[in-house]
Amino acid sequence: MLMDNLGTWIVWPILLPLIAIIPIFLLKRPGAANVSLVTAAAIVLAVAGLARQVLTNGEQSHAVGGWDAPLGIMLHADGLSVFMLMMTAIVGAITSIYAAGYRFQGGGDSGSSSGYFFWPLSMFLWAALNVLFLAADIFNLYIGLELLSLAAVALVTLERKRDATVAGMRYLLASFLGSLAYLLGVALLYTAFGTLDLELLGARIQPDLPTAVAIMLITLGTALKTALFPLHFWLPPAHGSAPTPVSALLSALVVKASFYLLLRLWFEVFPAALTPAIAQMLGLLGAVGILWGSFLALRQHKLKALVAFSTVAQVGYLFLLFPLASTSAGWGVDAWSGGVYHAFAHACAKAAMFMAAGTLAYAIGSDQLDRLAGTFQHYPFSVTALTLAGVSLMGLPPSGGFIGKWLLLNSALASGQWWFALVILTGSLLATGYVTMVLSHILLRPPDAAPIDPRNTNVSFTLEFAALLLALIALGLGLAATPMLALLRIGMPFTGY
Amino acid sequence: MSQFSLYAVISMLIFSIGLYGFIAHAHLVRKILAVNIMGSAIFLLLISAARRDPTAPPDPVPHAMVLTGIVVSVSFTAFALALTRRIYAETGQAYLPETEPAISAQKQDIVQK
Repeated sequence: MLMDNLGTWIVWPILLPLIAIIPIFLLKRPGAANVSLVTAAAIVLAVAGLARQVLTNGEQSHAVGGWDAPLGIMLHADGLSVFMLMMTAIVGAITSIYAAGYRFQGGGDSGSSSGYFFWPLSMFLWAALNVLFLAADIFNLYIGLELLSLAAVALVTLERKRDATVAGMRYLLASFLGSLAYLLGVALLYTAFGTLDLELLGARIQPDLPTAVAIMLITLGTALKTALFPLHFWLPPAHGSAPTPVSALLSALVVKASFYLLLRLWFEVFPAALTPAIAQMLGLLGAVGILWGSFLALRQHKLKALVAFSTVAQVGYLFLLFPLASTSAGWGVDAWSGGVYHAFAHACAKAAMFMAAGTLAYAIGSDQLDRLAGTFQHYPFSVTALTLAGVSLMGLPPSGGFIGKWLLLNSALASGQWWFALVILTGSLLATGYVTMVLSHILLRPPDAAPIDPRNTNVSFTLEFAALLLALIALGLGLAATPMLALLRIGMPFTGY
Repeated sequence: MSQFSLYAVISMLIFSIGLYGFIAHAHLVRKILAVNIMGSAIFLLLISAARRDPTAPPDPVPHAMVLTGIVVSVSFTAFALALTRRIYAETGQAYLPETEPAISAQKQDIVQK
């Protein structure tokens, strides 16, 4: 019996962070950091165990506490779930390493309190993400989404800075509005079809008016939370003003969670009720997001703001997947896996970029682009991490970003939607533009233009190491494409592949 | 019109009122109230959906959803109010700066002129 329970890997990615929160709350720093790091390692192992199980035995399901649906909670893991869990585990673990060396500013009553709260909140965030990726019904997806936004906003406002508090409030309101739209959609679907289960709902769904309204509400709500253009207004201030480890988690993982939700629902639940026009609309918004986000990134004077706008652009790519991946056509698999692969690569690259940017900003006491000159001499690892992450964002081989964009590009050409191919290429060009802009500020300006503030030069090597490690993973993802894509195919919503 | 469709229409109305309040009001406490009204509208829809057939026993699943929804809603409200207090302590007003105060400042200018 005990062995049976230990064999159900699927519950541990959720249980471990939740269990760890208790000692983390009770211990003070640095005890909290140590418990978190150990837990992070344990979660990575649990996800690896689940991945092995899914690879050998196929999709996994588990009824929590032995209670079956509809009242019990079902967990379900297929290739996509495991893929997202792996993304979360890698970025989460490395961000924890980074945060262990990071010094949070401010912090109200006691100097370290804001830094201390990072640990329980980030574990909470991690648990919420894992709940979401393993949920098998639309209501538990809602629960995951809500837990996630509460943890994310709390993390943004951690340092008690005015900008961050205001950005956090805006984020909270936008996020809750999105959740309510989603919940209303769920309520409409339940009243119409009498089930919450993803699979049953997909089988029962009919194209009628309440369903169309529900799909619209759910799509709008999740698009707001994923920061799809023109609903991206809340993202740059929130991601730009948060403490660096938090920016990394938010840009890398939190926006992907609502994207994952949309992906699940659109391809597994809604197909019978969808028209190509809605998919084209989403793709169009994604395309505008790519161009607009990149354009604004090029106009930023602060490094973290630039990286945050780049997230708006990169999120746009995720939405190109919807018009490109038609379940009935041959190129659908390419588009679908390309979009998901892009999400993974972007998570690693963007987190690495935020970390490197945060290290440089911390070292020179400012993240103004024109003060970055000369940082390469002092922080070569951070600048290298920034560059490698930039390579993945541009989509150059052999990075993970290349695989994602290549697959998307292939399917855009195969399906004859050349306008999206054009957008993908232009977006890459613009990304090259803003990455080059940062690098030219760092490398081409005379180093004596901005003397490094000696008070801050004792940057912990942990910070540089974590960013570089993650950037190398983003780069290496391109080489690991074959096994990763094979994993994705388990339980993929396409027939015949 | 059946009892359920009456409730469904009313809950959509309440949801729209809440949405209007959320967009129309700049004061953060009013925004938080508006969000709560929208949430209550969804709960009303779910509760009425639980008993669409008055002769059958009520369906427990929407009840469970509403209970969970209330917990989420309470947590959101508490957290949002705490953030509002912090914004009030730091800026002296319960508005999101850069958008609403800018508009009200413009209005004041117009009034003074």
